[in-house]
Amino acid sequence: MAYSAKVLDHYENPRNVGSFDKNDPSVGTGMVGAPACGDVMKLQIKVNEQGVIEDARFKTYGCGSAIASSSLLTEWVKGKTLEEATRIKNTEIAEELALPPVKIHCSVLAEDAIKAAIADYQRKQAQGEAPRQECNS
Amino acid sequence: MDQHNEREARQGRLKLPIYLDYAATTPVDPRVAEKMCACLTLDGNFGNPASRSHVFGWRAEEAVEEARRQVAALVNADPREIIWTSGATESDNLAIKGVAHFYRNKGRHIVTCKTEHKAVLDACRQLEREGYEVTYLDPEPNGLLDLDKLQQALRDDTILVSIMHVNNEIGVIQDIEAIGEITRERGVLFHCDAAQSAGKVEIDLQRMKVDLMSFSAHKIYGPKGVGALYVRRKPRVRLEAQMHGGGHERGMRSGTLPTHQIVGMGEAFRIAREEMAQENARILQLRNRLWNGIKDIEEVYVNGDLERRVAGNLNVSFNFVEGESLIMALKDMAVSSGSACTSASLEPSYVLRALGRNDELAHSSIRFTIGRYTTQEEIDYTVATVREKVAKLRDLSPLWEMYKEGIDLSKVQWAAH
Repeated sequence: MAYSAKVLDHYENPRNVGSFDKNDPSVGTGMVGAPACGDVMKLQIKVNEQGVIEDARFKTYGCGSAIASSSLLTEWVKGKTLEEATRIKNTEIAEELALPPVKIHCSVLAEDAIKAAIADYQRKQAQGEAPRQECNS
Repeated sequence: MDQHNEREARQGRLKLPIYLDYAATTPVDPRVAEKMCACLTLDGNFGNPASRSHVFGWRAEEAVEEARRQVAALVNADPREIIWTSGATESDNLAIKGVAHFYRNKGRHIVTCKTEHKAVLDACRQLEREGYEVTYLDPEPNGLLDLDKLQQALRDDTILVSIMHVNNEIGVIQDIEAIGEITRERGVLFHCDAAQSAGKVEIDLQRMKVDLMSFSAHKIYGPKGVGALYVRRKPRVRLEAQMHGGGHERGMRSGTLPTHQIVGMGEAFRIAREEMAQENARILQLRNRLWNGIKDIEEVYVNGDLERRVAGNLNVSFNFVEGESLIMALKDMAVSSGSACTSASLEPSYVLRALGRNDELAHSSIRFTIGRYTTQEEIDYTVATVREKVAKLRDLSPLWEMYKEGIDLSKVQWAAH
């Protein structure tokens, strides 16, 4: 499979790899995909009091395109408000990385991941200080 | 010298990428290429082996018959039992469909195994569409067949059992001698795909009660596009031809014989016969070196039995690392993976699934296959690279993180997609 230079760059030098404390109320965690399907993405955002995403981290089990999609996404969401981040479309990711048709699902997964992370953050905020243990249970 | 510099230094003597996909195909041995080249041009042996009226044909026929003797010699068969084909896929099709069609009035039941090559499985599927019944046996978790289960699957209307000798993905060696005893006693024909075993595992068709056996040239340093089917004479096995035409190969497979391909296959089989023992020992030592170099990595599993296995194959799952991303990381090595992402179907390896491996492990598998031109330096470089890249990808893996936190991944409810 021939990869675009951008996929290779993100794969070789993934940005923002790592984890935040998922119990931190300012952190939203999205975990999407399934090992059986060959890809699992964990995306975390750290949101400040103004509702702006200050920082992001990811870990991905999956092919090069899945790793690149999540790495790119962490770059894009930083500095965006939650509302802006919700509007990121998988097609933009796919276009930026020049993903071939069989790899489009990787960009879909990335879009799902940011949506899940935002939802998790908002759920935490609504619940006040009570931290949630699991992101997707 | 730190690890990085040491690697650089070694790399200086290495030609990258390193070929570790000998089960997919092999380079043609220069001795084989030389013999083939002598059968192409005006100065060479270019005649049609079927031409009976002049010396060009006679000479070509002589070369083809010499190759037939060489192929037969490797497996201790009679040269008259060797039928030339375009490769093991054609041999499998000819054997399975040819027997099924010829013996259709005797019975319509066939027994095979879920881990067979697609050429066998797809030929069986086609027969199912034609009204035959096929039993697909499950292998044991180590990839080997339980022969009691094979015995129990045989019925009064079973006409054929098709079981491969060496599996292409996991390299395990089935006990075809024992299978032959079972099938002969029951009066059932036994076809064996030996594409991955010829020249690597001893085959003695005087002793083994195999009735049909498929061979390929390009898996043992011969050219692509040529193979053979062994069809036993005593007791006689009959086939319905799948390719009709000039009646070549005693009517079993028409088509002008490609002299250069056949001569190449013959030479490859001759070399294999002479060098097999020595070569196997060297390759096994390299395979052990590779396995010993990576087996202490956490959560690494060999797929298939490690003892009853062809020397050059090592199929390993690196848990929590997805296969295609590992293949990308191992860009200096030509290897293959059972990961769905490397297949057109987006399904993980059906062979590993048939062993009962879970999806994660099937997605995480890498097949290394070692051959005639693999060197110790290449293996050492591969070990160092694999260790480094698996660690890097695990740092990226949320599954690895969860595993390290003590979370049982099988109990997590995943958001399906």
